[in-house]
Amino acid sequence: MLAESLGLSAILFVIGVIGVLTRRNAIIIFLCVELMLNAVNLTFVALSRYYGMGGQVFVLFVMTVAAAEAAVGLAIIISIFRHKQTVDLRNINVMKG
Amino acid sequence: MDNYGLFYQFHFYLFGIIAIVSAVTFVTRRSPVAAAMWLVVTMFCLAALYVMLDAQFIAAMQVLLYAGAIMVIFLFVIMLLNLGEASDVTDIRGIWGKLLAGFVGLVLLAEVGVLSRTGIPSGQYVVGRDYLSHQLATYGAVGAIARPLYQDYSLAFELTSVLLLVAIAGAVILGRKEPNDAR
Repeated sequence: MLAESLGLSAILFVIGVIGVLTRRNAIIIFLCVELMLNAVNLTFVALSRYYGMGGQVFVLFVMTVAAAEAAVGLAIIISIFRHKQTVDLRNINVMKG
Repeated sequence: MDNYGLFYQFHFYLFGIIAIVSAVTFVTRRSPVAAAMWLVVTMFCLAALYVMLDAQFIAAMQVLLYAGAIMVIFLFVIMLLNLGEASDVTDIRGIWGKLLAGFVGLVLLAEVGVLSRTGIPSGQYVVGRDYLSHQLATYGAVGAIARPLYQDYSLAFELTSVLLLVAIAGAVILGRKEPNDAR
C-alpha cells in the first residue's frame, strides 16, 4: 500500500497548500499548515515499513515541532488580535512596506 | 507483507477517502470552529491509517497530541478571540489567489501521477520484509520506537527539549500584556 499512502499524502498536502493560498483567516491558514504536516507524517510512516523505525521517530519530532509552532503562532495571533481586533490578513499588512 | 487482504484494502481506501473528503470540507468551511472539527476528522482517519501501517504508537500519539492537545489549543484560541461565527464577508481570496492555488495544485497533483507508479523500494537501505513485525513482536509497540529514539536519536531528542523550552518562553512573552498597555 506504499503508492496509495504516498498518493493520499500528496493529495492532503495539496489541499493544505490550496487552503493556505486561498484563505485569509489567519487561524484557518494555521490549520492548513497543520494539515500539511500531517500529510508529511503519513509519508514518513508509510516509508518506515521499508526503511526502518527512523521514520516513526521522525514523526514524533514533527509532532513536537508542530506543538511548539502552534503555541508560538497562536501567541502571535493573539497579540496581533489585541492590536488590530481582527485575524483577517487583509487588515494585517504592517510588513508590506 | 506485500499481500493484503480485501478487508485490509477496503478499510485503507475507506479511511483514505474519508480523510480527503473531510480535508476538502475543512478548507471550504467559513466558520473556524467547523473547519477545526473537520480537521479533527481527517486526523482521526490518519490515525486509523497509521494503525494499518504498523505504527500503533504513532497512531496513539496522533490522537492524543494532534487531535487532542493541538486542536484543543486552536479551539481555545478561537473561543478566546470570539471568532466562532463566520464573518459576513467571505475570507476566500479573489480570482488571482484562486488561479495561483489552482496552478500549484495542478503541479503538485502531477506528482501524484508520478507516485502512482511507485514500486516497492529496493537497495541497500531497505530493511527486510518482516523487520517491522519482528521489532513489534520483540520489543512491543512502544519499545520498538523507544529504542531508536533513545539510542540513535538521543541528541535530537535532547535538543527537542530545548526547542520546547524556547517555545514556552516565546509564547509567554508574546502573550504577555505590555506594561504600559494599561487597560
